[in-house]
Amino acid sequence: MISTIVDPCMVLALLLNFYILGVSRLRTVIVVVAVQGVLLGLMYPIVHQGFLPQSGGLTTLSPLSLLRLVLLTAAIVGIKGILIPKLLFQAVLLADIRSTLSSVIGFVPSVLLGGIGAGAALVFAQTLPQPEGHTMHLLIPAALATVLSGFVMLVTRREALGQVLGYIVMENGIFIFGLLLIEAVPLLVEFGVVLDLFVGVFVMGIIVNHVSRAFPEASTEHLRTLRE
Amino acid sequence: MTSHELILASALLAVLSGVPAALLSKRSNMSQALATLILLCANGIGLLAVYRWWVDGAIAPLSFPAPIPGVSVSVAIDAISVCFLLPILVVTSMATIYGLQYWKQSEHEDNGRGVSLFLGAMTGAMTLIVVAHDGLMFLAAWETMAISGLFLVATEDHISETRKAAWLYIAASHFATLCAFGVFALLYAINGSWDFDTLKTTGTPMAFAMAALAFFGFGTKAGIMPMHIWLPSAHAQAPSHVSAVMSGVLLKMGVYGIVRVSTFYAEIPLSWALFVLVMGTSTAILGIAFAIGQQDIKRALAYSSIENIGIITIGLGLALLGRATGQPQWAFLGVCGMILHVWNHALFKSLLFFGAGSVIHGVGTRDMESMGGLSKHMPKTATCFLVGAVAICGLPPLNGFVSEILIYLGLFRIATSPETLASAAVFAAPGLALVGALACACFVKIYGLVFLGAPRSEHAAQTHEAGSAMCVPMMILAGCCALIGVVPLVAAPLLDRVAAGWNGDAAVAFKLIEEAPLQMLSVIAALIAVLLLAGAGFLLMRGIRRAPSGLTWDCGYAAPSSRMQYSSSSFAEMLVKLFGWALQPNVERPKITELFPQNVEFDSHVNDTVLHKLVLPTTRAVTWCFSWGRYLQSGSLQAYLMYILVVVVFLLLWR
Repeated sequence: MISTIVDPCMVLALLLNFYILGVSRLRTVIVVVAVQGVLLGLMYPIVHQGFLPQSGGLTTLSPLSLLRLVLLTAAIVGIKGILIPKLLFQAVLLADIRSTLSSVIGFVPSVLLGGIGAGAALVFAQTLPQPEGHTMHLLIPAALATVLSGFVMLVTRREALGQVLGYIVMENGIFIFGLLLIEAVPLLVEFGVVLDLFVGVFVMGIIVNHVSRAFPEASTEHLRTLRE
Repeated sequence: MTSHELILASALLAVLSGVPAALLSKRSNMSQALATLILLCANGIGLLAVYRWWVDGAIAPLSFPAPIPGVSVSVAIDAISVCFLLPILVVTSMATIYGLQYWKQSEHEDNGRGVSLFLGAMTGAMTLIVVAHDGLMFLAAWETMAISGLFLVATEDHISETRKAAWLYIAASHFATLCAFGVFALLYAINGSWDFDTLKTTGTPMAFAMAALAFFGFGTKAGIMPMHIWLPSAHAQAPSHVSAVMSGVLLKMGVYGIVRVSTFYAEIPLSWALFVLVMGTSTAILGIAFAIGQQDIKRALAYSSIENIGIITIGLGLALLGRATGQPQWAFLGVCGMILHVWNHALFKSLLFFGAGSVIHGVGTRDMESMGGLSKHMPKTATCFLVGAVAICGLPPLNGFVSEILIYLGLFRIATSPETLASAAVFAAPGLALVGALACACFVKIYGLVFLGAPRSEHAAQTHEAGSAMCVPMMILAGCCALIGVVPLVAAPLLDRVAAGWNGDAAVAFKLIEEAPLQMLSVIAALIAVLLLAGAGFLLMRGIRRAPSGLTWDCGYAAPSSRMQYSSSSFAEMLVKLFGWALQPNVERPKITELFPQNVEFDSHVNDTVLHKLVLPTTRAVTWCFSWGRYLQSGSLQAYLMYILVVVVFLLLWR
């Protein structure tokens, strides 16, 4: 029942991965990553409901836990959909970064790698042990595929900001894993994941600023001179 | 307070002795005096602990919880501990007093406080090593000692030679530590406890591996050939009073490790004993052969330390042979000879390093080719050095003779025994005799080059006698050498106890006074001493009355110079050639073809064969192999991330 909502959304998240991997325009990538984040944030209350023992919809929840659920969803969506994109756009402006990303291996191979990763994730997920009463078939493959896409971003993008985005995509993948473990993992830990991400972005934003101050453009290629 | 509490207090105080000094001004000598005072107090408390042990006897080990939860460590003093504790307390006390003048804080602003700090730390760590009663405590103390030693060797780290020596030291030291970890891990595996105790099972591969690791690991620290590679350069580069402590005591910690592990075995195979005996004999002979080839006075003394470690190892081999063949008498003489030689070497080698330090302080170089004639300017140093040199050669009436005669006596017993296989061990006796003869040659060379003849350099001609803070420790040590040499009975009670403790077979209690002609030795030594003193007095009186003045007969050559004296290489040439197969001397002999040749130079020096022909080429090859790994370090962030990805995917798929 619940998989009829979640699984299509996972397919959407996977498609967004491919879009992120294939697009060079920085602003578009930031927006798409934000959209993916918002999508996953909205997944949160749905999956949460699905796992409740007396799954009779939102009405059976006590007002307090309902408030908590709403606030938490709002926080996740707010951070992933508004705060982080805003920070990144600010970094683009302040650090005077070029408006397009470049890839070490090219964009089509990136998408191909992402595709191979998604396929491998689907195959690999079959071999993993599944939790009891688990009905959402696409959750684990989507999580693995998103983490791999993030990794592909991290490995192939030359610019520091491209790597920040790759890191966020990776975090999104981990967030999907978190959806799976919503019963087991306390909310606080869930929230910690988001905070973790926030700190990561913050730190990398500072790094980007420093790199851009030291070098005319924020490309990690220049870090090569630092070896040994 | 019990002896255990006292010794812990002593160790703690020693470790912290340099801390107040580290907080004081780097220009004032006060800080150094304070550190010295605290270390002397700590060592005094240590001696008190030894006294309490002597009165109370062995008491149950003192256990207390370690910083790691669920683990406790323990200390215990037994006769073996005390035998190694005494040299630590005496030599470090002398060294710190000597350092007051030799390494004055006001003259060494940059590193003086460091030397005080780490000398204290090393003293405390060594104290803890010998009283540790479990593997964890031992390892912690062992590593503290090794690291303090590193900082002491690297005192003058602005000199590149010193840095190299320090690296070599720490590499060898960590090899030893690694082996020690193996030893105690195996002890835990066999016994199920870290405590020092007899092994539950012997004859298994594990027990064998433990013995092998102990011999090679602790042997590296002790300087048994061919694991001695770190020793000459570290001893040469460290400040002389530190070299004295290192040679006199630090090496003995390696010996202690081997001796301690040997007590874990209820029975010793004959092959082990013979192996130790062979290693000891070859170490002694080659050590002194290398010493003869050296031009650096401290390197020569360092190689002579290797020789003495060899003699100590012969004693240990003899003792093990006694255990292996069920001949407690051999074991008794072996243990007594070994322990007495440990003490003696601590006394005379630190005396010699102090003497070398005074000479270096005066002349400003370690090269013996620039010294000469120093006995005129430094009579006290020369006399003390002579005492040390005679003692180390194993000549009566000094202490080296006593310990060597005990080992000889044991070896002679083997020769007259009916056991055929064990009598193979007799080769050690002529080996020891050869070592004695070579040691005489070596120290005749050193003493002759440094103190006799005419000065070979300006500095040597204008040198001065060392101050009293440097002379008094030397005199005390020389006095100890003479005391043990003339009245060896003073050492007998403790030696009896340690031999009984090590042998384990308390039923067969021997008395050294019955086994060795100690009174006879006393009489002979006293006679020789009296004769020597009388002869020296007679010569002195005559010499004063009609001192001849003028040159030595110079074969009619009109302009003799100090360069025409025997040099270090010329004196040693014959012996170096004899041992050329092992020493591999580097000789650059210019060919003279013209009738009126230009200025030419002859150069010969002896490098460490094991280090330069074996270890360095091997490490170079290993480095070359690993240099391929540098291709992985491209400097590109993306590549590093990809390595992470590859590893993560590998770990996901690997099961």
